[in-house]
Amino acid sequence: MTKITEKILDEELAILKNDGIPEDLINIIREKVIDEELEEEQLEYLLNKIYINFSNALVETSEPVGTVAAQSIGEPGTQMTLRTFHYAGVEEFSVTQGLPRLIEIVDARRFPSTPQMTIFLEKPYHESEAKAIEVHNRIEQIRIEQITHDVDLDFVNWNIVINLIPEICEKKGIEINEIPEILKRYKKKGTIKREGNSIIIDPGIEDLQSLQKLREKILKKVVKGIRGVKRGLLTPSDDGKEWIIKTEGTNMQGVIQIEGVDVTRTVSNHIHEIEKLYGVEAARQMIIIESQKVLEQQGLDVDLRHLLILADLMCYSGSIQSIGRHGISGSKSSVFARAAFEVTVNQLLDAGLYGEEERLLGIPENVIVGQISPIGSGRVNIMFDLDANLDLLKKKKKRSS
Amino acid sequence: MSYTFSRMKMIEKIKFGLLSPNEIRKMSAARIITADTYDEDGLPIPSGLMDQRLGTIEPGQRCQTCGNLVSNCMGHFGHIELARPVIHVGYAKKVLKVLRSICPECSKLMLTEEEKEKFRQEQSQHRKIFFEGDEDAAKIVFKRARKAKICPYCGAKKKKIIIEKPTTFYEEEEGKGSRRITPIEILERLKKIGDADLRILGISPENARLEWVVFTVLPIPPVCARPSITLDSGIRSEDDLTHKLVDVIRINQRLRENIDAGAPHLIVEDLWELLQYHITTYFDNQVSGIPPARHRSGRALRTLTQRLKGKEGRFRSNLSGKRVDFSARSVISPNPYISINDVGVPIEIAKILTIPTNVNDWNIEEMKQMVLNGPFKHPGANYIIRNDRRRIDLRYVKNRKIIADMLAPGFTIERHLNDGDLVLFNRQPSLHRMSIMAHEVRIMKGRTFRLNLTVCPPYNADFDGDEMNLHVPQSEEARTEAELLLKVQEHILSPRFGGPILGGIQDFISSVFQFTSKDSLYTKKDALKLLYIGDVYKNNPNFKLNQLVPVITDPEPKYSGKQIFSTLFPDDLNIKVKSKFCKKCEVCEEADCPYDAYVVIRNGQLITGTIDENSFGAMQSNSILQRIIKDHGNALGRQFLDSATKMLLYVIRQNGMTMGLDEVYVHGHAYEEIQRILKDATAESEKLIDAFYDNDTTILRRAPGRSMRETLELRIRQVLAEARKEAEETAAEFIGDEAHSVIMTKSGARGNILNLGQMSAVVGQQAIRGERINRGYTLRTLPHFKINDLTPKSRGFVSSSYRNGLKPVEFFFHAMGGREGLVDTAVRTSTSGYMQRRLVNALQDMVIENDGTVRNSDKNVIQFTFGDDGVEPTHTDHGKAVNLDVLLLKAKALDVEAIRKEIKTISNSIKPASKKEKITKEKPVKTTKTKQKEEELDEESLMKQFNEETGKNAIWRGKETKTYLEWKKDKMA
Repeated sequence: MTKITEKILDEELAILKNDGIPEDLINIIREKVIDEELEEEQLEYLLNKIYINFSNALVETSEPVGTVAAQSIGEPGTQMTLRTFHYAGVEEFSVTQGLPRLIEIVDARRFPSTPQMTIFLEKPYHESEAKAIEVHNRIEQIRIEQITHDVDLDFVNWNIVINLIPEICEKKGIEINEIPEILKRYKKKGTIKREGNSIIIDPGIEDLQSLQKLREKILKKVVKGIRGVKRGLLTPSDDGKEWIIKTEGTNMQGVIQIEGVDVTRTVSNHIHEIEKLYGVEAARQMIIIESQKVLEQQGLDVDLRHLLILADLMCYSGSIQSIGRHGISGSKSSVFARAAFEVTVNQLLDAGLYGEEERLLGIPENVIVGQISPIGSGRVNIMFDLDANLDLLKKKKKRSS
Repeated sequence: MSYTFSRMKMIEKIKFGLLSPNEIRKMSAARIITADTYDEDGLPIPSGLMDQRLGTIEPGQRCQTCGNLVSNCMGHFGHIELARPVIHVGYAKKVLKVLRSICPECSKLMLTEEEKEKFRQEQSQHRKIFFEGDEDAAKIVFKRARKAKICPYCGAKKKKIIIEKPTTFYEEEEGKGSRRITPIEILERLKKIGDADLRILGISPENARLEWVVFTVLPIPPVCARPSITLDSGIRSEDDLTHKLVDVIRINQRLRENIDAGAPHLIVEDLWELLQYHITTYFDNQVSGIPPARHRSGRALRTLTQRLKGKEGRFRSNLSGKRVDFSARSVISPNPYISINDVGVPIEIAKILTIPTNVNDWNIEEMKQMVLNGPFKHPGANYIIRNDRRRIDLRYVKNRKIIADMLAPGFTIERHLNDGDLVLFNRQPSLHRMSIMAHEVRIMKGRTFRLNLTVCPPYNADFDGDEMNLHVPQSEEARTEAELLLKVQEHILSPRFGGPILGGIQDFISSVFQFTSKDSLYTKKDALKLLYIGDVYKNNPNFKLNQLVPVITDPEPKYSGKQIFSTLFPDDLNIKVKSKFCKKCEVCEEADCPYDAYVVIRNGQLITGTIDENSFGAMQSNSILQRIIKDHGNALGRQFLDSATKMLLYVIRQNGMTMGLDEVYVHGHAYEEIQRILKDATAESEKLIDAFYDNDTTILRRAPGRSMRETLELRIRQVLAEARKEAEETAAEFIGDEAHSVIMTKSGARGNILNLGQMSAVVGQQAIRGERINRGYTLRTLPHFKINDLTPKSRGFVSSSYRNGLKPVEFFFHAMGGREGLVDTAVRTSTSGYMQRRLVNALQDMVIENDGTVRNSDKNVIQFTFGDDGVEPTHTDHGKAVNLDVLLLKAKALDVEAIRKEIKTISNSIKPASKKEKITKEKPVKTTKTKQKEEELDEESLMKQFNEETGKNAIWRGKETKTYLEWKKDKMA
């Protein structure tokens, strides 16, 4: 009875590592096995099996991984919902999910239909609701119309009178004294002053129509918070350990400058914004996370590797390219591949003018001309060793003559 | 006929370019002058559109240009000399862009030399890196050149050029008004552009001088590209293109005559415009801004662009996808007694589909018999191809005996499809690679294709009238690939998620659930019958019933279903899975689960747990099937599935599984309870509505970020959903666990509790776009209700059950909700189909290269290792390359003592020195390693022997060796 010791285990794992098993897997094995009190023979069996299983699972050369990935992502698309669901819970806002969201990701839309951020907070702020509200107030954009009960036009003096609600101002943490200053930034001409709970703007215009226009404009002005963040919602995180802010509308650039925001964890579902701020690598990661989220919510089981290849393809050029004729499919070098996809005639006309060459390296090109496509078993040929078979040929020749 | 690869000519590349007028004239076989096609006798008019020099379309007639018959003549172009130049519509935009960026006087690109040099260098740099021109660069050039006001070379002032769609250009000078630029002028301006300037614009002057887009000569496509059809009545009907060309020629002639006659400028101008119109529509009949040319019947003509474009165009329907021979299509129906690898083929179809088979010394007798049987008796043949490649149609052979005797090695016989042949089977939509798989043929009576029920999930097939296609591979290579790569058994594991896509479905699940539940016991007689039906004796000849220990012996020995089902497992199967009906207790008691919901299989014996969808169903990772395939390969997995389904089919047939209306009849106390729950819920929602009107925030607390109205909706939906759930549970309790419908839902065979609840208790809230129904009339849903009625019953809450029947109002609401579902499905299929097409198109040329990287067809690296770990999802355990839990389970189940004994006996005989020994010397020799070593030794000696016998290793040297050259010289001489 020899139970394995840590020393033996490490020695054995070192051999396994030598045989090409990746390190992270070795670590997992170590953690799993260490408390199991295995016999030596059992460990031997286990490690042998691991080696065999792992080497059997490796991809083979010429495997059409692209097509498999596309099918694996596309096929469950038929099972997805088309609707934008309101979250099943009581609160929160509507989020695009399912097929529409997946198409949005794949298309690399410049503006997602429901931009959102999940803002994580730094240490003192994430602990209590009261603390978190401070950050929340700094982030959520507040327009004039949200803190007034009415905005009057004074035609005697040609003024605009904004009547603020002090309670709301206080709740949102707005100093009424600061408002004229903020408004001045938008409206350089004229005078703005405070009178009790009202703000009086004298724009120096004596024209009814333009005054009314100005009134509408002022109503929409952001007094506080970050532009683009329409609404913020303070909720406990999924594990209930901390407070986080979920927002409708995104502005990562603005948010990461706010004190109390944990920049390392805060994310947005706006992939282009992420790309602009952090670069393609981050955008690639977001594509993976977002598409995985969509599939998970729909209860569909798709291997991560398929999403990886999709994200890598979208990002390999250094910036995000969409799937489809304006992106990947449109920038292929093969004329036939482009013509077979969309806008057939224009592709051919351009090819003629630019004197393009079709080198027949891809799959659709070879299908079109009726040759074997260079994929899978179409990428291999048999070579024949003439020397070794020369005798045979000579003999045959003799026999025939 | 067999196709040999080496004889095939391969296309290396195809170059695109424009035809210059000279080239058009050079390649032309005939100049076309007359607008007519045929004369009264039906003969083609010389120099007409159907001139015989343009190739022949009539069988038996020889082409006047190349002298070939129809089958070999590929047609010859002709040409028309246009009286006035005309612009190609497709290039009108490009012409505009270029006109705008060149000088109107000297036709030089309006950029300074320095700028040109800069762009030139950028281009060559780009070419060096990407081996192709940068198309985006041309855009910048256009933009820059357009800005120039005065030509930097001749100082001419640039004029504003506007286009009137599609092909008319105007030049505007300030204060002077606009003036039309005729194509003649355009032609002149374009001609003057230097080659270097064209290159900067991205145009390749070697292949396409820009002035060639202005036609002075129009090529006429060969007749075979626009064949005329002779109808039964003898009337000739011409192709659309011919019609269009007739127009072009007619107007061209008239224009020429008018010019020659010195007609007024206005008339010439009009005719010229008309010619431009006809040539424009000849190229594209859907140009915006001009009316499409129509046929006499009023149908728009299908001209060149329309032929190529879109789904029905040449590219997508004739080049990317092609029609095939040797295929069949029929309705499918189930047959659980054939293997998953099989397909039942009707004998009628088998007599039409053929396989070319070479006759040789070993099969000649068989082939002779087939020829004797002829094309009308089943295992027969339809054609014989003789040594001289002549084809004999056996349908017209009077005496087949003579032909059969003629047969000799070297002949090819197109024999009927027969048992055991491999065919490809497909169901549309082909969404993934499992939509087309290879099956072995089984000839059957009847007119439908038969397939095993367990292959339904990958094809997504059912038997409500589905049809499927069958293709017969014709070459040896194709058949080999089908055998090795496409067979159903090779596709049990799905690449999508690393689990089996095949598995028990529907009745098999209910069956296995009943079969392996605690109280299923079988007498010796029944057990034997089950074992026989499950092919246990066939697959495992050493099996004896007395290997099983009966669970009870009094009054007679009885075997449990668990035991009998275990006989199908291989001996080293070790699994622990939770069942689908697991109650998710806080502390899992694992093997001692009171509900028998924890499946434990140790060393091939089902110890506890009831097998259900989670461990036997399709698309379940970590199912029994996956474990078997992982350890023993696809063939054994197939065997297990085949025999298990057969056994389970017998079980369910003995048990009976049905569901009647009485099962969902909830009455008595439970019924009253449900009514009470619904009443309470209605009262609750009315309370909320009142609170909403009274603005009572104590009862109706506003949800953050929502208006009061929204909050009300939210709360009512919540209350009603809870009520439905409660009612459902009450009903489920009443129905009990024994009802067959409950067994079906519990085991995961079909349906869920919600369906049962809807049938027996309450249908529940009907929703449109995730909200209660709120459309219809002004402020109300149906005229049965008062305005602004927010109560559940007026907003689509159906309080009846399906069994009790819906009230008329409820019926309407239900139809509304149902309609949404239907629309949703219809819309979804098209959107998801398009998404998949785009995905496949973008991703399809990514391959694992020999160095392990993932690259596209331009050889750009997309990933350095596939999926960051080089592991293929198909061979994973739900994404993980190695399933440690299962392997640990197996390792623990090893009988250590037995191994030790074995080691002793082996270590006495051999003592190999392995790499492992050097590191841990005192360790005992390991069994697995030893065995491997033994095999290695064997292999080595075998290799040695083989080398000695063959004399040489077959390694290609990669260059022409001396002997080869000698042999070649020998042969040449």
